[in-house]
Amino acid sequence: MNGKENIKQFFGKYGIYLVLVVMVIIMSFLSPVFLSQDNLLNVVRQVSVIGVISLGVTLVIISKGIDLSSGSTLALCAVMAASFGQAGDWAAKMYPSLPELPVIVPILVALGVGTLVGMVNGLLVAKTGIPAFIATLGTYVSVRGLALLYSDGRPVSTLTASYQFIGQGYVFGVPVPVILFFMLALITWVVLNHTKFGKNIYAIGGNIVAAEVSGVNVGRNLVKIYMYAGMLAGVAGLMLSARLNTGQPGMGVAYELDAIAATTIGGTSHSGGIGTIQGAVVGALILGVLNNGLNLLGVSAYWQQIIKGAIIVTAVVIDMRKNAKKK
Amino acid sequence: MANEYVLETRGIRKVFPGVVALDGISLRFRPGSVHALMGENGAGKSTLMKILSGMYKPTEGIVLYKGVETEFNAPIESIRLGIAMIHQELSPVPHRSVMENVWLGREPLIKGTPFVDHRKMHDDTKRLLDDLELSIDPRIEMAKLTVAKMQMVEIAKAVSYNADVVIMDEPTSSLTKGEVEHLFRIIRRLREQGKAIIYISHKMDEIFAISDEVSVLRDGNYVGTYPAAELNTDKLIALMVGRELNEMFPKVECPITDVKLEVKNLSSPGAFQDVSFAVRKGEILGFAGLVGAGRTEVMETLFGIRHKSAGSVLIDDKPVDIRAPEDAIRHKMALLTEDRRLSGIFPMLDIKDNMIMAVIDRYRNRLGKFLNHAQIRNECGEYRHKIKIKTPSLEQKIMNLSGGNQQKVLVARWLMSEPEILILDEPTRGIDVGAKAEIHTLITNLAAKGKAIILVSSELPEILGMSDRIAVMREGRLTGIVERKDATQEVVMKYATMKP
Repeated sequence: MNGKENIKQFFGKYGIYLVLVVMVIIMSFLSPVFLSQDNLLNVVRQVSVIGVISLGVTLVIISKGIDLSSGSTLALCAVMAASFGQAGDWAAKMYPSLPELPVIVPILVALGVGTLVGMVNGLLVAKTGIPAFIATLGTYVSVRGLALLYSDGRPVSTLTASYQFIGQGYVFGVPVPVILFFMLALITWVVLNHTKFGKNIYAIGGNIVAAEVSGVNVGRNLVKIYMYAGMLAGVAGLMLSARLNTGQPGMGVAYELDAIAATTIGGTSHSGGIGTIQGAVVGALILGVLNNGLNLLGVSAYWQQIIKGAIIVTAVVIDMRKNAKKK
Repeated sequence: MANEYVLETRGIRKVFPGVVALDGISLRFRPGSVHALMGENGAGKSTLMKILSGMYKPTEGIVLYKGVETEFNAPIESIRLGIAMIHQELSPVPHRSVMENVWLGREPLIKGTPFVDHRKMHDDTKRLLDDLELSIDPRIEMAKLTVAKMQMVEIAKAVSYNADVVIMDEPTSSLTKGEVEHLFRIIRRLREQGKAIIYISHKMDEIFAISDEVSVLRDGNYVGTYPAAELNTDKLIALMVGRELNEMFPKVECPITDVKLEVKNLSSPGAFQDVSFAVRKGEILGFAGLVGAGRTEVMETLFGIRHKSAGSVLIDDKPVDIRAPEDAIRHKMALLTEDRRLSGIFPMLDIKDNMIMAVIDRYRNRLGKFLNHAQIRNECGEYRHKIKIKTPSLEQKIMNLSGGNQQKVLVARWLMSEPEILILDEPTRGIDVGAKAEIHTLITNLAAKGKAIILVSSELPEILGMSDRIAVMREGRLTGIVERKDATQEVVMKYATMKP
C-alpha cells in the first residue's frame, strides 16, 4: 500500500469529521460570535432533537429499512406526555381533575407511546413483508392524525417545572437536551457495537439471507429495531415539548427527513449493512453548524434550504464513490 | 450400537410448479467418509442439499438423521442438529469483519452481561483459522478478501459448527490448485474425525482425488452409488449423461456461407479470458459448458452489457465497437437473455408492449411523439400467428402466459428488430416439451434464412441436436470447438470438465 492510498483511505474514513472541522474553522473566521461557548452550546442544543431521532433512524437504515414516522411519533408523544405533565394551577388543563404528576409519568408515557408506534412499524415490516417505506408512510399519516385526535387539534401547554427542565435546564452549565443527546448516542453506540442485537442489525442489512442461514431471527430483530427508533422519537417529543413548554399536534413536521439527512451525511448507506452512530452525530452537527452559520451570516431561509439539499446529495455521491472504488 | 449411517434419505421427491426436481431419491451417508454427489446441471443435486440443510421441504419422502426421522423447517434447525453447509453462492455479510461473519448468529457474550465478547471472538477465530493453516486476520473486513479467501472463511465457518455432516456445494469454484490441495487436507482431517462429508463438484479430478463413494443423479432420478475406486472418468460421464439422444431436434441442413461475426481474443476480467470464435451466416454455433463456465458472460460482453478488457469483434469483416446494447441492436444483433424473469419480460405489461420494446421507435406516428397503435396491433398479430403464441388476446398480461409462450413473445421481440445475428441464451430453459420443439423449429428456420445463430444451452442433447459446431467453455476459457460429426456427449463433457 502506498502513501497515496493511505491518504485516500484516511479521507474515506474520516472525511466527514474533516468536513465538520473545516466548516467550524471557516465559520469562526466569517463570524466572531460563532466560536463563543454560548453559540456552540446553542448549535448542539438545536440539533439535539433531530440528533436523538437520527440515532434510531441510523439503526433502521443500517438494517436496510427506513422510518418516515419519526416526526409524527414525536408529535403524538409530545401531546400525550404533556397532557400528563401540566402544571397543577393551570386553568385550561386537558384533564382538569388530574393532580400535578411527578415528571416520571410523562417520561414513561412518551417512551411507551413511542415504543408502541415503533412496534407497529416493526410488525408491519417483519410480518407482512411490505416495504418499510410504505409501512412507515402509513404510520406517518395515521399517527399525526392520532396526535390531532388526542389533543383535539389544540396545544397542550404550561408544563410542570421539572418537565420543562428536560428541555430548558442546565447541568454544570450544559443544556440538558445536549446531555441527553450525547448519553443516548453513547448508549446506542454500545448497543450497535457491543451487543448481539447490534451485530444482527448489520448482518440483516448486509445480507439478509446470510443472517437467516446463520440462524438469526430476522423478524424479531426487525421489530426490536423499529421499537428502539420509536422510543427515541418519543424522547425527542419529550425534549421538544419541554423546551417549548407545550405539546402540539403539529410539532416535528419533516423532522424524520432531517434525521434521515443527518444519518445519510454521516455515512450510513441506504443499501444496508454500513453505518455508524458517530457518523449520525457528526451528520447532525454538520446540519446544525450549517444552519447556525448561515443564520449568523444573514443568508435567507430560502437559500439555506437550497444549500442543505445540495449538501445531502453531495455527501451521498462522495460516499458512493468511496465505496465503489473499493471494488 | 452406533448407526452405520449418519444421514439417510428415503424416497425424497420434490415438485416445483411444473417440474419434478427430485423423484424418489434414497441415499445413505456414512460417518468418516467423503461422499461425492455427481450429475449434470439440473440433475437435482442442489435441490437435494437444500432439503438436507432445511431450506426446502420435500414434497414426499423422509430424512433420517442418526437413525431418527427428522424434519428440518429452517436452516438453523439443521445447523443445531449438526448439519453444516457451505453454499454454492457465497453468503458473507460484506462490510463486517471475518470474525463477525464466522460467529454470526451465535456471538459469544461476556459472562453475565449482554455484551459481545470481542476478545473471545477474535481468539477463537484466530485459533480456528490457524488450525486450518489459513493466514487471515480475523478483524479484516470480509469485502476486502479475495473470493478464494472468502470461500476459505466460509469453510472455516462450517468447520466451526463442529457438525457431524458437512455439505460442500462446489467449494472449489474459485480456488486455485494450491488452495484446493489445502481444502483437501482439511477434508481429510474432518474425515479422520469421523465426519460425513457430502461433496458436490463438477470437476472429475477432484472427485477421484478426494471421495470414497460417488452417487449419481440424473434428471432428478437416482442412478446409483459406487465406490470411487471402481469408477473412472469415462464410466462416470456415461452414468451422468446416460440417456439416449432423442430425435426431437428438427435440424435441417442449410447452406452455411460467409463469416458474419468474428470474435478475437475477447476477455473480461474475472469472467473469461481469451475467447475466439466465428459464426457464419446460416450456422448455429452451440455453446456448451457447466454453470459458471463463463458462457453467459461472453454473450453479455458481445452485446455491450459487460465491459471487455481486451479483444476485438468483427461483423462482416469490419471491426465494431459495441459499448451498450443500443450499439449491438444497431449492428443487427439480438440477445435472448438467460433469465426470462430477471432480464426478459416486463411481467405487468401486455404481450404487444412486451413485443415492441426493442423497436418502439418504429411505431411513432407522423407527429413523432405518439405511438401508432393500429400498426402495433397489426404487426404483433402477425408474429403471434407466425410463431404460434397461444393467448386469448394481445392485451393479455405476459405474466399470465406459460413459460413457453412467454419465451415465444421474447423471441418475437427480437425477430421484430430483424436481426442478422441472434444470440439465444438458454432459450428453452424451464419450458415444456411441446413449446421446446416449436422453439427448436423456429431456430432452425432462422438459420435457413441465413441468420448467424449462437445457441447457449446447458442441455447437452439440445446443443448436440441443434448445432453445426459446438464451442465448449470451462472456467472462463474456450477449451475446444467440436464439429457436428465428431460431437458426442462424452466428448463435450470431457472438454467441459477436464483440464486442457
